Amino acid sequence: MVLKGLFLILISSALVNNFVLSRFLGICPFLGVSQKIETAVSMGWATTLVLVVSAIVTWSLEQFILLPFGLEFLRYVAYILVIASMVQVIETILAKTSPALHRSLGIFLPLITTNCAVLGLALLVALKSYNVVEAAVFATGAGLGFTLALALLAGIRERLEWADIPEAFQGTPIILITAGILSMAFLGFAGLVAQ
Amino acid sequence: MEGTLLQGPGPHIGGPELTNKIMWSVVMALVPTSLVAIYLFGIQALALITTTIAAAVASEYLWVKYVRHQEPKADGSVIITGLLLALTLPPGLPIWMAVLGAVVAVILGKQIYGGLGNNPFNPALVGRTFLLISFPVAMTTWQAPLDGTTTATPLSLLAAGEKLPNWLDLFGGNVGGSLGETSAIALLLGAGYLLWKGYIDWRIPCGVLGSAGLLGLALGTPLTVTWFSGGLILGACFMATDYVTSPVTPSGRWIFAVGIGLITVIIREFGGYPEGVSFAILLMNAAVPLLERATWPKPLGVAK
Repeated sequence: MVLKGLFLILISSALVNNFVLSRFLGICPFLGVSQKIETAVSMGWATTLVLVVSAIVTWSLEQFILLPFGLEFLRYVAYILVIASMVQVIETILAKTSPALHRSLGIFLPLITTNCAVLGLALLVALKSYNVVEAAVFATGAGLGFTLALALLAGIRERLEWADIPEAFQGTPIILITAGILSMAFLGFAGLVAQ
Repeated sequence: MEGTLLQGPGPHIGGPELTNKIMWSVVMALVPTSLVAIYLFGIQALALITTTIAAAVASEYLWVKYVRHQEPKADGSVIITGLLLALTLPPGLPIWMAVLGAVVAVILGKQIYGGLGNNPFNPALVGRTFLLISFPVAMTTWQAPLDGTTTATPLSLLAAGEKLPNWLDLFGGNVGGSLGETSAIALLLGAGYLLWKGYIDWRIPCGVLGSAGLLGLALGTPLTVTWFSGGLILGACFMATDYVTSPVTPSGRWIFAVGIGLITVIIREFGGYPEGVSFAILLMNAAVPLLERATWPKPLGVAK
C-alpha cells in the first residue's frame, strides 16, 4: 500500500498535476530553454536534480529547525536561501565537469533559483505534510513531468522552424498557443488520481 | 509549371494522387457515417454537420484571403476538419457552440501554424477538446437515437457499473453518443475503403484497436465494448491517421498508435472523463517530433 501511495504521488505530480501544464509553474524556462531538444532535456534533468535535492533539504529544514522553534513565518526566506545556495553548488559542479552543457544552459541555469517550480514544490511539500520519502518521490515526479513538457514543446518548436507561420504569431505567441493546446491535452489526465 | 526550374526542398517527383483527391476520398469515406448520424439523430444532425462544415470553410477562406493575403486553395482538407469535428459533437449541442468549435479548430488548430502541413495537432480535435473543456455539460449531454430523449452513452453506463446495450446495438449504432461515433459498421465501411485505396496506413488503426483491446481485456472490459463504444474507431481510422500529425516512420507509427490505444483505455478506466480518445490523440500528436527522431532510420554506411 505504501508503494501504491508513492506511485500515485509520482503519477499525480508528473502527469495529472504537471507542474508546467496544469499548475503553470516554471513557465520561464519552459519558454526560454525549449528551442532545441538536447538543451531542453538537459535543462529538465538539471531542474529535476535541484527539485529532488531541495525537496529533501527544505523538508529537513522544516522538520528540524522551523517547526521545533516555531519559525514557520521564516519559511519563504529560508527556502529561497537554501535553493539559491544549492543551485550555486550545482552550477559550480556542472561548470567543472561538463563545460559544454554549462554553456548551452547559459543564464537559465542560475535562473533555476528563481524557477517558481522549485519554491512551489518546497511549499507544496510543507502544505501536504509529506514525509521525506513522499517528498522525494513528489519532487522526482515533478522533475520528470517538467522534463517531459519541455521535451514535447522543444520537439514541436524544432518543427515549427520550417512552418509558414503568419508574421504576427511568430516567436512567443505561437509558443504560448502551442503550450495552451498541450495544456488542454494534459487535462485528459484530470481525475486519474483522486487528490 | 512546364519548363520552370523547381527550387526548394525535395521530393520533386509527385505521385499521381493529388492532395485534394485524397481529401475528397476521405470525405466520401465519411458519407456512410454522416448518413447514419442523420438517420439516427434527424434534422439536428444535418444542421450540425452543415453549419460546422460551413463555418470551417468560411473561417479558412476569410483567414487566407484577408489575413494572409493569399489565394485560398480548395484542397478539401478544411471540409474534413469541419466534418470530423461535427461527427464528434453530441446531437443536441447548440449550433453556435459548434460554429465556435469550427473557428477554433481551423484558426487556432491549423491556420495560426501556417495552414495545411504545418499544424502539430489534429485541428478537429483541437476544436473538440476546446469545446469539451469550455462547455463540459453541453458536450456530455446525450440523446437516445430516433426518439431524442436524454440518455447515457455506453461508456458512462460502464463507468456507473450499469447494464450495457447488446453488442449488435453497439455495432450498428443504436446507442447514445456523438453524431459519428455510434455506428461502428458505417465507420468500418469508410475505413475499409481508405485502406483498400492505400490512403491510410493499416498500422495505425491496428495498433490503436489492438493495444486498446488488449489493455481493456486485461482490465476486464470485453473487446466489443472497448471497440464499438465511444469514439475509438472514428479516432483510430480517421483522426490518428492524419498525414500531417502522425509520424512518417513505420516504427514511429506503431509506437504512436499503441500510445493512443493505451492512453485512451487508461483515461476511460481511471480518469475523470468518460472518453479519452481525443486527449490521447492530441497527446501523441505532441510526441510525434520526438517519436520520429527516435525512430529515424540510420543511413547505411555513414560514419558517425
